[in-house]
Amino acid sequence: MDKQEEEGLGHEHNTSRVENLDRSSGRRKNYGPIMVTFFIMFGVWVVLSGKFDPFHLSLGVISCAIVAYLSADLLRPSVRGLLIMLVRWIPYLPWLIKEIIKANLHVTYLVFHPRMMDLIDPRIIKFRSKLESELALVTFANSITLTPGTITVNVSPDGDFKVHAIDKASGEPLPGEMEARVAKAFGEG
Amino acid sequence: MDNIFLYSALYLAFLMILSLVRAVLGPTVLDRMIGVNAIGSKTVVLLILIGFLYHRVDMFVDIALAYAMLNFIAVLAASRYFQKRKGLYDEAPYL
Amino acid sequence: MDIMDIIVLVLLFSGLFFLTGGAVGILRFPDFYSRLHPAGKLDTLGSLLAMTAFALFNLHHFSLGALLTSLKILLIVVFIFLASPTATHGIVDAGVRAGLAPWTKGQKRR
Repeated sequence: MDKQEEEGLGHEHNTSRVENLDRSSGRRKNYGPIMVTFFIMFGVWVVLSGKFDPFHLSLGVISCAIVAYLSADLLRPSVRGLLIMLVRWIPYLPWLIKEIIKANLHVTYLVFHPRMMDLIDPRIIKFRSKLESELALVTFANSITLTPGTITVNVSPDGDFKVHAIDKASGEPLPGEMEARVAKAFGEG
Repeated sequence: MDNIFLYSALYLAFLMILSLVRAVLGPTVLDRMIGVNAIGSKTVVLLILIGFLYHRVDMFVDIALAYAMLNFIAVLAASRYFQKRKGLYDEAPYL
Repeated sequence: MDIMDIIVLVLLFSGLFFLTGGAVGILRFPDFYSRLHPAGKLDTLGSLLAMTAFALFNLHHFSLGALLTSLKILLIVVFIFLASPTATHGIVDAGVRAGLAPWTKGQKRR
């Protein structure tokens, strides 16, 4: 997506190379991320304040603008990327919630079982994930932690996972389907 | 409905006492931290219940939000603080 | 007692059920790593269900203020969903770095 924008620039200006250099050194501000950050923050402000008179709204605009300008380098959402991610995320979330409820029932069964000590068999599983980007790795790790029976102990940047599983059954399906779904949600599959 | 909320709040307080047992007994510092974290996550629910009992949910929901954030930050800070302490257990180091 | 009340009660009681599972699991499981399983996650789903019940119940007398309050409750839910796995991972990381060995079958409980 960024590539397309840069190609567009190249068609208009002959000095596209200089522009690219400037952009990579960060001297030229890209206003897309700032606007996205601003609108997300302003939405949260309106929900939290609950007052719609001009005084409170203008306070919100000022403070959100300052914070968005300062932190746009830190949080770098791009407008189209965010939209694409939202569209891909929507089918992932219901599946995740269904999986969480299923696994929660399993752990609740373990907790209330009278001979619980015989049923559980904690172990540490190691595997390597095929996911590339850091955001996908973090999402995968948090999804593993949210489905009960498994906790992510450690993730290396290359995708080496160490997972603590409460019994054999809950550790079996990893990485499996969840990795495929996360890869699809981030467009890596 | 108010009665049901009142008894749910009492039951939640009972659950918090159960978690407090782990926080008092727990053999390691981290066990105590788990107990405190569990109490905190139940407190968020309890605060909103109290809001319904007093008919002032709009006020108590802000307190609950602030408490959830404070609980999260407290757990993170405590786990960062204790991670360099060796000898939580009298055993050979693992890994 | 209309249909909305029944939905609210079902959600609230299933939330309380999972919270009970969390509290009992912390007491019963044998070691620190396995105690994290009920503590970090049964609590998350329990609060999610209970909070959804509260957000629905709050919409009974519909107004702009009630809608905003319900949105705030949902904001708490989203925050818990992001924060709870992170806090769990923080505690587990502290345990690994301090050198606690996980409990395996056959050892005595701690």
